[in-house]
Amino acid sequence: MRRLLSLAVAVALLASPAAAVNPDEQLADPALEARALKLSKALRCVVCQNQSIDDSDATLARDLRIILRERILAGDTDKQAVDHLVARYGSFVQLDPPMRLDTMALWFGPLAVLLVGGIGAAVYMRGRSPARAGALTPDEEAELAEMLKSEEAR
Amino acid sequence: MRRLLFILPVLGFVVLLGVFFAGLGRDPRALPSAFIGKPLPAFATAPVRPGDQGLANTDFDRGEPVLLNVFASWCGPCRVEHPVLMRLRQQGVTIHGLDWKETAPAGLKWLTDQGDPYTRVGNDESGRTGIEFGVAGVPETFVIDKKGKVRYRHVGALTPDDWERKIGPLMEQLRKES
Repeated sequence: MRRLLSLAVAVALLASPAAAVNPDEQLADPALEARALKLSKALRCVVCQNQSIDDSDATLARDLRIILRERILAGDTDKQAVDHLVARYGSFVQLDPPMRLDTMALWFGPLAVLLVGGIGAAVYMRGRSPARAGALTPDEEAELAEMLKSEEAR
Repeated sequence: MRRLLFILPVLGFVVLLGVFFAGLGRDPRALPSAFIGKPLPAFATAPVRPGDQGLANTDFDRGEPVLLNVFASWCGPCRVEHPVLMRLRQQGVTIHGLDWKETAPAGLKWLTDQGDPYTRVGNDESGRTGIEFGVAGVPETFVIDKKGKVRYRHVGALTPDDWERKIGPLMEQLRKES
């Protein structure tokens, strides 16, 4: 029973969410449709913001899927088709942000934080290490002897 | 020096806190248009009012700053902003309208019932004209300068506050531009 249940869970986890692309939108040529599908997974639905146009049921997402397919059918390369939408909605439509001067903070910010944090942590750890447990100086030696002597005298 | 090193992470944290706090009050939908500083793409639309000439991109470089309001009768926030548009019209602000994703008769009924604040108004039944200049939904209002270039994009209902704080002063400034 238990085994059957875990199998059922495993199979359920395998299921991928159905795409929102409707049959009437799909291109007849499977190769072109595959390209369109791949591109639409990387384009943001500007209404819902955190879904791709492939995932979204918004009417605008549908419009953008159709426009994307029109461009591909018209012979656009992948880049040209994406640029067509970027020209209208800005690079916000790309779920994968392009590397540009104004997106540098996005790309390298986390790395910079990690680096600064790492250096800070390293400096802190070094300051704490028991590196000064060396031999006593003659002065300290004398002081220690003094202390021990007074201890004995008691 | 040592003390400075301790203060540094705290300082960084405070800066981040500030950035995030400022972000809380921002509307995530309010994205700048990809057309800021550029003219609208070429388009021509059918009229909403029978016998009228619709709206085209050539209606925008007539030597005065204008508003381009994208609306639809099925849109709730459009109902909210409509009285504001009517008042602006009375104050002499030129507003052009694009009736988005509905039939022209539906748009006409809206204008007949609610009042018509538009100088020119075109129908965009498929929504493709709006998409050409990056409309993501209704209502959206674009500020277009004397030369027909997009200067500002407002997403969502236009409130009196939006007009007084941002768009009104911007229109005033654009009016002074040569």
